[in-house]
Amino acid sequence: MSRAAPPMIRIAGLTKQYASGLQALKAVDLEIAKGEIFALLGPNGAGKTTLISIVCGIVTPSAGSVTVDGHDIIRDFRLTRAKIGLVPQELHTDMFETLWATMRFSRGLFGRAPDAAHLEKVLRELSLWDKRHDKIMTLSGGMKRRVLIAKALAHEPEILFLDEPTAGVDVELRRDMWALVRRLRDAGVTIILTTHYIEEAEEMADRIGVISKGELIVVEEKARLMKKLGKKQLTLHLVEPMASVPEALGEWGLALADGGSLLEYTFDNEQCAAVPALLRRLGDLGIGFTDLNTRQSSLEDIFVSLVSERPDAAPGRKSA
Amino acid sequence: MNRHAVLAIYRFEMSRFRRTLWQSLVTPVITTSLYFVVFGAAIGPRMAGMDGVPYGAFIVPGLVMLAIFTESLNNASFGIYLPKFTGTIYELLSAPVSAFEIVLAYVGAAATKSVILGAVILATANAFVPVRVEHPIWMAAFLVLTATTFCLFGFILGVWARSFEQLNFIPMLVVTPLTFLGGAFYSIDMLPPEWRAFSLFNPIVYLINGYRWTFYGVSDVSVAVSLAMTLAFFAACLAVVAWIFRTGYRLKS
Repeated sequence: MSRAAPPMIRIAGLTKQYASGLQALKAVDLEIAKGEIFALLGPNGAGKTTLISIVCGIVTPSAGSVTVDGHDIIRDFRLTRAKIGLVPQELHTDMFETLWATMRFSRGLFGRAPDAAHLEKVLRELSLWDKRHDKIMTLSGGMKRRVLIAKALAHEPEILFLDEPTAGVDVELRRDMWALVRRLRDAGVTIILTTHYIEEAEEMADRIGVISKGELIVVEEKARLMKKLGKKQLTLHLVEPMASVPEALGEWGLALADGGSLLEYTFDNEQCAAVPALLRRLGDLGIGFTDLNTRQSSLEDIFVSLVSERPDAAPGRKSA
Repeated sequence: MNRHAVLAIYRFEMSRFRRTLWQSLVTPVITTSLYFVVFGAAIGPRMAGMDGVPYGAFIVPGLVMLAIFTESLNNASFGIYLPKFTGTIYELLSAPVSAFEIVLAYVGAAATKSVILGAVILATANAFVPVRVEHPIWMAAFLVLTATTFCLFGFILGVWARSFEQLNFIPMLVVTPLTFLGGAFYSIDMLPPEWRAFSLFNPIVYLINGYRWTFYGVSDVSVAVSLAMTLAFFAACLAVVAWIFRTGYRLKS
């Protein structure tokens, strides 16, 4: 995707202080390109939902501005909101309506003329077509989650916000949703998702933003983030446990574990060349090992280290 | 104007009305009919008429108003309270609709239900007591204006309420007593002078008397004052609704 193209969403200096005094967002700047999948990661209360809610018009910002496809979200709210579909975190559904009635409602509410063919397509894609005459209260939790996605897609949005879309969803449905998100992206839809499941961001996202205590700590392309901040670890299972690391191995900064029977070497991507040298030195010193394994840090490790490196990184209260 | 949205909300609300027909139409019609049976057909003939109108017929406009007040408040407050309660309000708040369109759709649907209810009650009343309408156009106009005003009031209540208990508080503890004391069953001219003066502070007196004038051409207060009071109440509700949307009161944080 071309980064030179004007951003689909431009957030500048966005700040939100709730009436309770809670500062949910602190001057957040962010640009999201058309057609990308952007994952917003952060602990509970970091400000993810507040950020999404402001862009969608549910929460009023205290300061800063947001434009969607070049239009201000407050001045041109009709234009910007018509482009956005929102799948909320909680399972908020009408209980007594049929699925079909609620789909028609959602499409009309967002200013689109009735289009039964489109609604049918969305429902079929989410395996909900057979349930269209059922009352929503009779559907299972996983089905209700799909209903929320179907409602958000009823008006053919150009931008889709998914707030924790797979929380409490079984593995199969999660895979289905990921497949749907990819199809939507292929159709040109810009997707912003927040998630607790870092695996999800790792699997899906083009770019990742990490938010903590209302501040965006990092915004980076996923591959670059993992390369830049990722760590690797080599673990050697020693034949003879040792009491301390020999001085001759000082340059590698090794550590012992499991009562001296494991020798661990932690390194980043630039230090890969040091591994063969270490193994040669061990051979020269006659230190034998029975097994070795290497492990690459996941996005989860990166995330945890990013958030815990912050001085005041204790998880805050959950935002609205 | 997002007419698709206005229509979508209106249809959604009217389908709720059809689904709950028993509760929102049949119940108030039966309850009100009981008054016609008791005061109109059974006790009425033994009572002196009021202002030259047979007692059974005299109470009809007041009872129609009582039903309109309570049902308008119930319908309109529930219409906006329910999405707040279930959380589906997120969809309304994130939709490309203006405050005016939201109010038009919700209050329009609730007022439609109230006017239908008023018409059914009038038709039912006619079966028990001799109802006569001297000014049919004014009668319809008062009905629509009062229904719309109380639906706006109900909308405000629905936005304000944080529990079902609060939702019922105003209709049960404020509007019903004010209606009973507002001359639904008697002419306030029958009251001792000090109580009559006191009654004039009750806004419901003006609504009921204005409406009764459209039936029988009699009223305890000036019809112009009645109309002015109804319009003033309507304007006050509009102003509060406008303020709610400007500040996001209990809708947005």
